[in-house]
Amino acid sequence: MFDFSIVTSWIDSMLRGVMPAWAALTIEYVLIGVVILLVYALIALSLIYMERKVCGAFQCRLGPNRVGPMGIFQAVADMVKMLIKELIYIRNSDKFLFKLAPFIMITASVMAFGCLPFGRGLHVLDFNIGIFLLLSVSAVSIVGVLLAGWASNNKFSMIGAMRSGAQMISYELSLGISMLTMVMLAGTMSFSGIVEAQADGWFLFKGHIPALIAFIVYLIAGNAETNRGPFDLPEAESELTAGFHTEYSGLQFGFFYLAEYLNLFIVSAVAATVFLGGWMPLHIPGWEGFNAVMDYIPSVVWFFGKTYLMIFVLMWFKWTFPRLRVDQILTLEWKYLLPIGLFNLMLMAIIVIFGLHF
Amino acid sequence: MIELKAIHVVFAVLALIIVVFSIMTVTTRRILRAATYLLFVLFAVAALFFQLDYQFLGAVQLTIYAGGIIVLYVFSILLTHGVGDKQDLPEKKKVIPALVASLGGLALAGYMLYQETFPAVPYDATDPDMKVVGAALMGLGEGGYIFPFEVISVFLLACIIGGILIARKR
Repeated sequence: MFDFSIVTSWIDSMLRGVMPAWAALTIEYVLIGVVILLVYALIALSLIYMERKVCGAFQCRLGPNRVGPMGIFQAVADMVKMLIKELIYIRNSDKFLFKLAPFIMITASVMAFGCLPFGRGLHVLDFNIGIFLLLSVSAVSIVGVLLAGWASNNKFSMIGAMRSGAQMISYELSLGISMLTMVMLAGTMSFSGIVEAQADGWFLFKGHIPALIAFIVYLIAGNAETNRGPFDLPEAESELTAGFHTEYSGLQFGFFYLAEYLNLFIVSAVAATVFLGGWMPLHIPGWEGFNAVMDYIPSVVWFFGKTYLMIFVLMWFKWTFPRLRVDQILTLEWKYLLPIGLFNLMLMAIIVIFGLHF
Repeated sequence: MIELKAIHVVFAVLALIIVVFSIMTVTTRRILRAATYLLFVLFAVAALFFQLDYQFLGAVQLTIYAGGIIVLYVFSILLTHGVGDKQDLPEKKKVIPALVASLGGLALAGYMLYQETFPAVPYDATDPDMKVVGAALMGLGEGGYIFPFEVISVFLLACIIGGILIARKR
């Protein structure tokens, strides 16, 4: 299987050969930043196109089909339109916080994006505490939502921000506990360690019952965390116009839009990494020939394949279930998901201690 | 030696961010802006931990302060303040005692810092993994934090019960 660290270490040694170490490091940081932002934008475009096509399919429509073959340039055209729209600042708003909020959102989601393992050796931030870091940087985006809602000086934005904040804080607990359950099985928090531990079977199969429960809890909590699907109360169009980003236009709205889709990608990618093996190919212990064939598929293809599969499942959620009420959302989290998650944590502890997993 | 200089530059930038935003936090008259500047200070402190290769403490700093405390502050400000609200300027008769108190604090802190000799600690680049941190938090023996951990847990439980008691319907 191709190891991408060959390429990165080749670039590193080449740069260090012609210039001092600090200059080489600076150039590498800039390069990584540019590549990450580029991939970030491209993934967002692909997700917007995919969302519209999937939505169309679920509503028995064709979806975008005019711009380019199958409408594949529709998202690009929308992006160009968004880039050249005017930025409107409303009077009596707090302009500094109004401008700052989209940047906090996008920074939080880019930092979480940087923690993901995209393939063998293709990993920007590989810390000992990978999952914990990802959860902690994505928690910062709540501040962005609250600031956006308050600084707009609009009651719809305000209600949307309060709803969004309450929802995100609540569901973060379930998200963290389901991740903790899987960390207990893996014995490590670093993403590379978690992926390596799945070389002889994905955690969804190795951890059987508690892993399956954690997977379902994670999907529900992750979907709520991105403010999508049946949990899109914060921007319920019929009652709040657009929630916390009602007053935003042009590129600033684009930032919120981008962050929302990338959060969908990050949630799916973490689900794919922690439960479905990340870039690790499908290995079945004992089937040596089968495993060797699977190793010929590049790791990046495995990662993106699993992630887009999870994204499709989350979009399926979104276009199938009707929207919940606020009290139903909070009841679901505090009275059902959290107790189930805590019980599941105990169950996983018993299974790990007595070695009942595969 | 050239590596050391790059580290110094990064440290200087972070220190500058911390100093500037700390001052802005206490001088701005809009309370939500003060909370935002405080957020920047906490980010820069987390960045200092990351610079020291102590990622666990950096992530804890981000989770507890940026993701927890600041969100709580912002939430309570959201419920009590409007966009146009500004803090009143301090009254004349309060200025002098406040000045004396803050200058006294500065002198005390400065004297303590000046007296303190900072011994050179050998740089330990190993990042403790999950097991080390968990054993330290739950440890009973030398360097274990089980007692403060339990005390804080009971304290937080009391806070939650108190909150429910205040908020419940009669």
